[in-house]
Parts: sequence; C-alpha cells; structure tokens
Amino acid sequence: MDTIFQGFISAFKLMAALDPTLLQIIWLSLKVSGGALVLAILLGLPLGALLALKRLPLRGLILSVVNTGMGLPPVVVGLFVYLLLSRSGPLGFMELLYTPGAMIIAQFVLACPIVTSLSHTAIVNVNPIIRQAARVLGANPLQEALTVIREARYGIMTGGIAGLGRVTAEVGAVLMVGGNIAGYTRVMTTTIALETDKGNFDLAIALGVILLGLSLIINVALRAFQRLGRASSGVVLWD
Amino acid sequence: MGLSLELAGIYKTYNGHEILRDCSWVFEEGLTYALMGLNGTGKSTLLRICALLETPDQGRVSYLADQKPLAPDLELRRRLTLLLPGVGVFNTSVFNNVAYGLKIRSVKRREIEKRVMAILDVVGLAHKRRERALDLSTGQAKRLGLARAMVLEPEVILLDEPTASIDQENTEIIEGIIRKMKAEGKATIILVTHDPAQAARLGDKLLLIKDGRLLPG
Repeated sequence: MDTIFQGFISAFKLMAALDPTLLQIIWLSLKVSGGALVLAILLGLPLGALLALKRLPLRGLILSVVNTGMGLPPVVVGLFVYLLLSRSGPLGFMELLYTPGAMIIAQFVLACPIVTSLSHTAIVNVNPIIRQAARVLGANPLQEALTVIREARYGIMTGGIAGLGRVTAEVGAVLMVGGNIAGYTRVMTTTIALETDKGNFDLAIALGVILLGLSLIINVALRAFQRLGRASSGVVLWD
Repeated sequence: MGLSLELAGIYKTYNGHEILRDCSWVFEEGLTYALMGLNGTGKSTLLRICALLETPDQGRVSYLADQKPLAPDLELRRRLTLLLPGVGVFNTSVFNNVAYGLKIRSVKRREIEKRVMAILDVVGLAHKRRERALDLSTGQAKRLGLARAMVLEPEVILLDEPTASIDQENTEIIEGIIRKMKAEGKATIILVTHDPAQAARLGDKLLLIKDGRLLPG
C-alpha cells in the first residue's frame, strides 16, 4: 500500500515538473496513435461508405471480415506485421521494423476495422428518405453520397474515437514491432509494462494516470458524439 | 419555356401486385393537377416515377420542352422536384436545408443568401433560419420542404400530400403558397391529396387513380 501511495506522490511530482522523458513518451504515443487513426479514417471511412451505399459483390463477406477484424488480438497483429516487416519478410526492404512507422502500421491494422465497421453502421442507418431528398433536389450521385455521409457524421466520429480508444490502450502489437527502444519507440503502454517489470512505479503510475485521463476524455467525447448523433446538428448559417 | 410531361402506358408491379396499369396522361405546362385515390392505389408510386426516382416496368415517361423530348439526365432532374411526404429534413439549420439545392448547383453565395431569405419569408420561416431543422414541427417541416423545392424555381413540382397530418393553420399557409405558384404559372404542378375540397380548390384538373388506372376526375 505504501509503495502505491509513494508511487502516486512521485508520479504527480513528475507530471508537475513536466519531466522531459514523460513528455517525450506522451508525445510519441499521441503521434503514433494519431497517425494510425488518420490512416484508418482515410481507408476505413471510404470503405465503410462504399459498403453502405453500393451493392458491391461479396459485400456480406467483406463486412464479415471487417467485423472479425474489430476483435483482432493485438499480439496476432503484432506477429503478422513483424513477419511482414522483418528482414526476410515481403516488406523487409522498407526497414521499418523497430521504428515508429512499424508501430503506426500495427495500430492502423487494429483501428481500421473499427472505423470501417462503425462508419458503415452509421451510414447504413441514415434514413433512406435523406438520399431520396438529395436526389429530388438535384444531387448527382457523388453529392447524394456525400449528403448521406454528412448526415452520419456523428456516428462516423464515434467510430474514429472508438478506434483511437482501441489503439491508445494497446500494448502487445507496438511492443513486438516497435521494440520499446528508449527515446525512439517507447510509448505510454510499453513504458508502463517495462517500468512495472523493473519495480519502478513512479513513471508507470504517472503514465497510467495520464492514460486513464486520456481514456476518460475519449469516452466523454464518444458519449457526446453519440448524443449529438441521436438528436441534433450544427446550427450555423454556412458550413 | 416550361416543361410538359407525358406518361404513356405505365405499368408498375410490387411484390407480385400490379399497382399501376396502363397509366397514360399528358400534363400540360403551367397547369395544376390534383391527383386523388384511395390509400395504396399507387399515387405516390406514380409521382416517384414522374420524379424519375423509380422506373416503370413498362411504359414511357417523357418530359418535353417545345414539344421535344428531353433525355432523363441530371440536367432534366434539376428542372423538376418532388416534395416527399416525409420531407427528409437534413440534420442542419433551416437555412442550410433550403440552401442545399442551390449549393449543389454551385450558385454564388450572395445569390443563395438572397434567394433563401426571400423564400423563407414566403413560407414564414425566416425567423427560424438559424434553428436546427429537426426541431421544427411537422407543419413547419412541410413548409421547409416546400421552400427547399421552390427556391430551385422548378418547372415541374410534384407534391406528395403536402398537407397530410398537419393543422389548419399550416394547411392554409401551404395552400396559399401553392396558389401563389399557380398564379405565377411558371411551373406544372401535380398535387397528390386525399382531400376532395383541397383538390377542387387547387387543381385546374382533377385526376383519379382507380384499380391502377389513371382516370379524369
């Protein structure tokens, strides 16, 4: 109990002093997870929209694969990304293993199915009358699709936030492909694992508190977007 | 010049039920047609076919300008519009809802502001322009739908039960707007209604759908 208490005190001292190691780890974590999320949105949103708006062949199969991907175990993702990026792997020539780039790829693989699936659900749940209204007001097929996507915006944001939640809390995949190299690929979750192993609880608790705070912010944002999606809109003259 | 519409031998079947059977009519430019019939007789289906939202199983829908038939492309679709019974209000402000059709036509911002505000005045919703459209009452939403259609200055306007499920006050406002459009004579109007008195008040010609056939009323 005493150790935990002491750990909390030291942790708050580290945070209050804006410890450079702590800040560097947080910054890298945000860069890696943010980068993975951007890539996941760039691929997942159009794919989710396509699956929702077009009668594609094998749509059911693709959706099943995407939904299965939502529950991918991070260590399995880590293993396959490792094999792809290792020297003897097909992408070994890119020399990405044990770099933040490899960690972004691993987290992207974890986040993309979530963003795709939740975007698809959000778009497919838009009332069909919206699409018809857009059409009778003179929208071309692209404008029609964009109107439906716009109506689903809060659900899509929920997907993005859920994807971010998944990757910020993830440890297995980034540990395997990033290598947990101090000052280079060490992020919050891998640092917590390492420092706990070493019995150095100050930094681990500090990062744990920050991670919990981040998780709280993500969940508050998630609930806010879900509420907005149920009832409401941007009330502005021009947007 | 406006548009006239010619239906020739329209058939439509849903789930094995023949809804429309050999429907033919020439809708003359600038006139208002009131279309009546019992529930489920195919009035809305016919309107959706006229709006090019659905294709008939058989038959032909032709829009004509100067007696020449037009291709059913985006350019033609932008010369007509349909007020859906459920309106389909977009999740944004009243102003943005009405501006939608103009924005997708790349109309200049200043022009959009002018036209949207003018039409919101006509339908009595100018004071609600900044409010979210989803908060409007059913009657106000119908007026918004009408404004959204009218702002585009369509040559053919198809109205699917524009006063269904709304109070007397909103009904009078909407009828007033339809009368104004009629008086301007710029658009061909096809109005679906269940109210014979309304059909008589607004229609230049009355039509009836019975047993899937389109008949003079």
